[in-house]
Amino acid sequence: MTPRASMAASVVGFGVSVAAIFLLPSVLELFTLINATIYVSMAILALSLALIWGYGGILCFGQAAFFGLGGYTYAVAAINFGDSTGAVVLAMVVPALFAALLGYFMFWGRIGDVYLGVITLTMTLIFFKLFNATAGDAYKIGKAALGGFNGIPSTPPLNLPWDVGSPLAPEDIWYIAASLLVLLYFGSRWLLRTSFGRVVVSIRENERRSELLGYDVRRYKLGIFTIGGAMAGISGILFANCVFVSPTMFSLFYSAQVIIWVTVGGIGTLLGPIIGAIALQMIVAKLGTLEVIDPNVVLGSILLLFVLLVPKGLLPLMQSGFDRLRRPKAPVPVEPAIRPTTTPGARRPEPAPPPVGSAPATNTLGGS
Amino acid sequence: MDLAVVVLLQVIAAVASLVLISIGLAVIFGMMHVINLAHGEFIMLGAYAVIYATRWGVNLWVAMLVVAPIVVGLIGIVVERTVIRFLYGRMIDTMLATWGLSLLLIGAATMIFGNVTAGVSAPLGGVTIGEYQTSLYELVIVAIVAAVVLALMAVLRFTQAGLIARATMQNPAMAASLGIDTSKVYAVTFGAGAALSGLAGALISPLSGVVPTMGVAYVAKAFITVISGGAAIITGTLSASTLLGSLNTLATFIATPVIGEVTLLFAAIVLLRILPQGITGKFFRRAL
Repeated sequence: MTPRASMAASVVGFGVSVAAIFLLPSVLELFTLINATIYVSMAILALSLALIWGYGGILCFGQAAFFGLGGYTYAVAAINFGDSTGAVVLAMVVPALFAALLGYFMFWGRIGDVYLGVITLTMTLIFFKLFNATAGDAYKIGKAALGGFNGIPSTPPLNLPWDVGSPLAPEDIWYIAASLLVLLYFGSRWLLRTSFGRVVVSIRENERRSELLGYDVRRYKLGIFTIGGAMAGISGILFANCVFVSPTMFSLFYSAQVIIWVTVGGIGTLLGPIIGAIALQMIVAKLGTLEVIDPNVVLGSILLLFVLLVPKGLLPLMQSGFDRLRRPKAPVPVEPAIRPTTTPGARRPEPAPPPVGSAPATNTLGGS
Repeated sequence: MDLAVVVLLQVIAAVASLVLISIGLAVIFGMMHVINLAHGEFIMLGAYAVIYATRWGVNLWVAMLVVAPIVVGLIGIVVERTVIRFLYGRMIDTMLATWGLSLLLIGAATMIFGNVTAGVSAPLGGVTIGEYQTSLYELVIVAIVAAVVLALMAVLRFTQAGLIARATMQNPAMAASLGIDTSKVYAVTFGAGAALSGLAGALISPLSGVVPTMGVAYVAKAFITVISGGAAIITGTLSASTLLGSLNTLATFIATPVIGEVTLLFAAIVLLRILPQGITGKFFRRAL
């Protein structure tokens, strides 16, 4: 798309989303609106992974860890403070700090893609097991009992800043969640246009070349990972406000789902994962009510088919189709759905190719 | 003294069970550099194979040692031919695809077998050591695991099939030009790894409840053990299992099982920070 067309598309998109934010509460029933808020909070989670995986090239198998940490921090702090204002801030800071700590461990250790996946997955499992084992009176943080497998059913809702007396209604939480999604989406786009964002993308494209150009790769990765952690924390706060916090927030189910949303929506786009998150949740919810087929079968098949046939995801596929329609005389070469396979067999695990569809590099510096 | 023997036996049993649940994944990862996140579901299918075989009147030992590995091995070959072979060299994509496969298998198993816990009762009784009692079946598992590891080593080192497999993994182009059908070798290797996972599931089935989601509990542990082990399949798995299994048992003994699990996971993270290539990236480099 030309810059002008892309600008126009953003303005239209912004208008449509603002209209949707204000129209939906009058159209939907309360129950559906709360569900919509959950979808939106999940879309923010998808956006956080879209940023760190799609643009940072960091495949985090444990985005649910930051999500759960955000939710738990919010619940525990809100119960202790009585007021949700400080809790919200804390619930962004704690996951961000934890992401920074974990990121320091991983990026300064120069751990490869696969190992990074293992470590993030393991971290999530540790949280899941620990929080599951917190049943009973012995496990209390201040006034908040962690409640083991049951979580904290009495998660307090958000209130107006510094005004404990006025808790927010579900409609208000919808407005906040949806506006946050729009805000974070445009914020992410802005972030990627800054020089920081450009360096992050260049590292995804070719880590060694960026390093030889003088950028400290580790810091940039740490930066984007921390931002992703904070965003997942925000998603956790919103989720805690719609449902309540429990150890399932740390479960493999959520980590897997986020990855599926991003893959289906399109790695390397911001809008795709948001659409993927909302659409797939609606499909799964619909299938859940039908009780004909297990939702896992559908989710698994979708992921499998997309990796095999549409590895770039839905949004890039639609965009290239759109561009082709507009310029029928000079068709854009579309990569074959199944890229030429190479065989395994180097002596040690080779650095995996960057996840975003770049041509397989012939040498590590990427020169041709 | 008796207590020491019992604790030692427990450590050995924990190590053996880690080796058991990891070895199938180790073969697939070590030989083919494919991360199979559906590994846990192969274990689950092995367990269900035992449940159904015994229901149809097959002897328990035959079901565990013969039926389950064959069934899961065949499933593995089908998976390799339909999914994995398109993804060689794209490690992240294989991880995602096998994760999808894992969800698919969990869902399918829930629909076919139902979301209920099945089980077979543990064979053999207990043995008494002084005033303590421990299960004889766990000791038998240790023996079976030892036999499997030795057999795997022997196959890889001394047989022609093992030589061909190792050659193909080391240099597929050269192997192919010498007339080896490499895609067949990949399929068989993947099948062998799957068969080992099936065996693991079969041997576990009397010890834990068999549910469609049981694989989730094993895949992360197996994954961590194999990665901590590093490039050498057998030595790596053995050494990582010994280290992590002992830590797990000791922490369980001192504190609680949950702390034991957490210690295992945390130890693996620290280990990877110190030795990013796994144990065999630094020690026993020339081992198999």
